[in-house]
Amino acid sequence: MKTKFTTDTKLESEIAYFENINLKLESGDIIDSFKLAFKTYGKLNADKTNAILVCHALTGDQYVAGNNPITGREGWWSRMVGPNKPIDTNKFFVICSNVLGGCAGSTGPKELQNGSDVAYGSNFPSVTIKDIVKAQSLLIESLNIEKLFSVIGGSMGAMQALQWAIDFPDKIFNIIHIAGALKHSAQNIAFHEVGRQAIMSDPIWKNGKYFENNEVPERGLSVARMIAHITYLSENAMHRKFGRKLQSRDIISFGFDADFQVESYLRYQGKSFVERFDANSYLYLTRAMDYFDHDETFRKNIEFSHNPNNHLKYLIVSFTSDWLFPTIESKMIVNQLNSLSREVSFLEIDTDKGHDSFLLEEPQLDDVIKGFLTNNFTKINE
Amino acid sequence: MNKINSIRKDWSLIETLIAEDRKILDIGCGDGGLMEQLENNRNAITHGIELNRDLAANAIARGFNVVHGNAELDLSQYSNNSFDYVILSQTLQAMMKPKDILSELLRIGSKAIVSFPNFGHWKIRLQLLISGRMPVTESLPYTWYDTPNIHFFTIKDFLNLCNEMNIVIEKSIGLTSKGKQFDISESITGVNFFTHEAIFLLSYKNFEPIKIKSSKKVFAKNSVIAN
Repeated sequence: MKTKFTTDTKLESEIAYFENINLKLESGDIIDSFKLAFKTYGKLNADKTNAILVCHALTGDQYVAGNNPITGREGWWSRMVGPNKPIDTNKFFVICSNVLGGCAGSTGPKELQNGSDVAYGSNFPSVTIKDIVKAQSLLIESLNIEKLFSVIGGSMGAMQALQWAIDFPDKIFNIIHIAGALKHSAQNIAFHEVGRQAIMSDPIWKNGKYFENNEVPERGLSVARMIAHITYLSENAMHRKFGRKLQSRDIISFGFDADFQVESYLRYQGKSFVERFDANSYLYLTRAMDYFDHDETFRKNIEFSHNPNNHLKYLIVSFTSDWLFPTIESKMIVNQLNSLSREVSFLEIDTDKGHDSFLLEEPQLDDVIKGFLTNNFTKINE
Repeated sequence: MNKINSIRKDWSLIETLIAEDRKILDIGCGDGGLMEQLENNRNAITHGIELNRDLAANAIARGFNVVHGNAELDLSQYSNNSFDYVILSQTLQAMMKPKDILSELLRIGSKAIVSFPNFGHWKIRLQLLISGRMPVTESLPYTWYDTPNIHFFTIKDFLNLCNEMNIVIEKSIGLTSKGKQFDISESITGVNFFTHEAIFLLSYKNFEPIKIKSSKKVFAKNSVIAN
């Protein structure tokens, strides 16, 4: 496999081109050529043993740390990744790529179809977490890294980490799986479906061909984001942050303006989201999460795909107030790994910040990730 | 002996009961102190369970395989005989159902190591006898209303339970309150009186296959050999 690499100065990202590779997707569809946009931080050591793949969540991107040129803000996990941060780039070589189907430079619905000047739109094939991970594995291979030290992710990133453990157990030493699950639950699928319906019922969506008139289904996409954002918080966190406080007024308006701060906040979240995210990508990636299901198969996959000498380590983390991916879901993974005597660690962190906790200030999460990486790296490389 | 020294002593005795290169589950592993000791000195592969969130987080951050959880709820997930040793150090008296835990230890592990403070020690008996109030000692330092220790028992009680459950005591070590060490099985008189802390290495009675010969096939059946 010969991979071509370029640098996109506008996106401030490296782009890897996989040409005529005929990537077979889980759906049976084939993508003959694709590209992945990625960022790296830190230096790969001579033995190539210090590489960590960070997997982003649903609306994340490759800008895990440093500047994000699309938003002009700091990377989504810059509090976790960087020099002397818990995932220390003085020590580790961190790779983060925009997922297949994403909209920050990797092949996805908003990119041009191979050999044409029209974007994929709804013609983009359905992708799954397995497909996303397969594409990542090709990137890692093309960077000549035989074995990743760690694959780390929260939420949809946790799904990818788990998929790595299932599909490529010999190519990784450990995974850090934060706020994830073996499957996307009925409730989670339901929330995604409401989001998708909001997008698809926006008249501007036009069966995914909105780009033909240079339009964006802003209303639908922002409503989808508002719904999703509620699921990332907790009742306590919302109450603490907003309560029933009014927005820029002393008395209620008896109308439908954003009287309450929480309304104004959600409207802002929706509005800023449409500036950085593609509506079709949102449809495809929420679907990829919905299709994720290892409930019945995980134990068998782990039992039979691992040779007994494989010391793949798992760190599973959940949060007490996360009702989107509650602790019970993480414990199901832990239980199955324990029943197979795998090397698993599990911690439920006490916080009221909900599902989004993994992106926020949680000192115990920092300590555990830092310690787990540092000590296990020493153990392997002693 | 203070609490820390007593735990260290406990650990070093537990270490003497463990062979090299074995797979170990430490229940109530704290921040991984015993696991570290057994990895370093016995080349053990260790796993732990810890109820306390902060201790579990510390242990994980130190690189140990530790599951934050409640042993009384979570032990059932482990497979039969998946460990060589399962260790329960100084915690049996704090369990809701000590008998169930004991049988779980020997289901998951080929051997179990259990240590506990002896409620039959003379100081405890004396305190209750003289003051008429629940004893408070170095190894059981809590008042009755806020103690995590909810099931008090003596060495005699423990031996009876093992007998009832067909558990074999392979080794037993007693410690006096001064830290003097002796073999419980060899000291008959006064053991229950002078033992401050006890450490037991347990296994199930040997199951030996009884072969029943028939003209066509040889049947094998597992059966307990009665003493």
